[in-house]
Amino acid sequence: MSADATVQEPVFTPARRAQLDRLATRYPNRQALLLPALWIAQRAHGWVTPAAIEEIAAELGVTTAHVQGVVSFYTMYHTHPVGRHFIQVCTTSPCHMCGSTEVVKALLEHTGCIDLGAQSPDGRFTVIEVECLGACGFVTPMLIDDDFIESVTPAGVPDLLARYP
Amino acid sequence: MGWPHPIHPRETPVLSTHFGEVEARTHAGWVARGGYEGLRQALTMSPEAITEVVKASGLRGRGGAGFPTGMKWSFMPKEDGQPHYLCCNADESEPGTFKDREILRWTPHALIEGCAIACLGIRAEVCYIFIRGEYTEPGRILEAALAEAYAAGTLGADAMGSGKRLDVFVHWGAGAYICGEETALMNAIEGKRGNPRVKPPFPAVAGLFGKPTTINNVETLAAVPQIITRGAAWYAGLSLSSPKSTGTKLISVCGHVRRPGTYEITMGLPMQDLIFDLAGGMHEGRTLKAVIPGGSSVPILTAAEVATCITDYEGIAAAGSLLGSGGMIVMDDTTDMVFQIMRLARFYAHESCAQCTNCREGTAWSTRVLERILRGEGQPSDLDLLLDLAENMTGRTICVLSDSCATPIVSGITKFRSEFDAYLSGARAPALQEA
Repeated sequence: MSADATVQEPVFTPARRAQLDRLATRYPNRQALLLPALWIAQRAHGWVTPAAIEEIAAELGVTTAHVQGVVSFYTMYHTHPVGRHFIQVCTTSPCHMCGSTEVVKALLEHTGCIDLGAQSPDGRFTVIEVECLGACGFVTPMLIDDDFIESVTPAGVPDLLARYP
Repeated sequence: MGWPHPIHPRETPVLSTHFGEVEARTHAGWVARGGYEGLRQALTMSPEAITEVVKASGLRGRGGAGFPTGMKWSFMPKEDGQPHYLCCNADESEPGTFKDREILRWTPHALIEGCAIACLGIRAEVCYIFIRGEYTEPGRILEAALAEAYAAGTLGADAMGSGKRLDVFVHWGAGAYICGEETALMNAIEGKRGNPRVKPPFPAVAGLFGKPTTINNVETLAAVPQIITRGAAWYAGLSLSSPKSTGTKLISVCGHVRRPGTYEITMGLPMQDLIFDLAGGMHEGRTLKAVIPGGSSVPILTAAEVATCITDYEGIAAAGSLLGSGGMIVMDDTTDMVFQIMRLARFYAHESCAQCTNCREGTAWSTRVLERILRGEGQPSDLDLLLDLAENMTGRTICVLSDSCATPIVSGITKFRSEFDAYLSGARAPALQEA
């Protein structure tokens, strides 16, 4: 994910428009490109900016209100900037039963985040709890950016974080 | 990535035969293992003939509802001149369930082949595999497998040189449990909020983009190629129990067991053996307290109920629960049932799409009442209140998310009432601090 400095850059550079046009051949209408387009925007800027929402609405021929509604529905789209590395840790029942609470504590301690959802003071991390990641046999699973990591223990947290400078 | 466990002697590997073999992920590796033979055969068959084989196999939907797959396919119109669509539900998000993930990341071509055959069976040219956004690793493996299938000419405008078009596309979700509901999933593909739709019309009449659509789970579709190549009778014969529960089922076992993981069993295996033999049983000094056998949305079984339960659709129903997705959450004697039920209620409250009042309000209020019980602030009438809420959350909404929230609450209060009473009377110290 890139830094805030690039936020002013449009989502649909020629390369990213070409990516969208390739996807467009898969669907009978342009509205179906909305979830893919939001992913493209978030990968470009680190979050879905208000400008990106306008741009996508124009590109797909839907209203900005429609795009806003969709962005707010799906929890993986960020509507504000997040840390350079975004950590999503599962705490639903099967993980909770097997110790995810301690993993969350270790993550907060070692990232320096004062709370869930807050960026660490150095801007390096944001940690959130998420509902079931679908890896209940590999407690505790988490996503760090796009990396799916299984079987994290509190003791393993420092080494894991060191891989994300 | 977690490597799969060695196959247990009491497993029946059909879908899981090649789990753990990295080469099986490649197109060449899959073909070397007999892959795409089912599609080759299906390309010479009529849609009716394909559907008949699947019907005769007794295959039922592995996503949770257990609806007969061949019958579902037969609902699709014939000669209607419209595009048809297949949706593959890879939005695996039901707490306790992590079996489709193993198919996606170890044998993606089994799924792709199943999607292609199903397209032929329902007269569709296009399949969308809707995968949850969090499944980054399985999704990347699936996309790589699809790219290879196109490069090899197995998919595309002239699939396997047949002159038929077969397209399979991945559509990424973005974090919403409710998109596992079939019509919500279709809305997500259409670029809308994932709100379930009122039925009827059913998807076979007006589904994705308003066209006739069939939606099947990953595990269901992955079973289809071998049903075509090995025959319906072979699949139907893979049952230890009821002729209504045929074939094998992937059961993902998690929670307080020594060897959590995904086990492929013949329908009819005793649940006790599954938990204590295959999954290794309880940790040292612990005893079994309860099992949620089919993903978090089904009634909780007590240890006594588990002891006599047969693992198939009918057997688990007879014990008072459901096979559901086959996601089995095992709880030992250290488990605080009230807390875990609250945690599940919180999950459903978080995941409610909020369009139906009874669900939006019911899941939220159930969670709040359970939280106050856990804070030691419960009132004597709270259990009746929870049961009353549950009644108003059952059968009153567009989809079953609200029912799913009510189910563990009702079975929890019914079967583990003394644990609730301990919080209400103050005999047990609060598990939650002040809000």
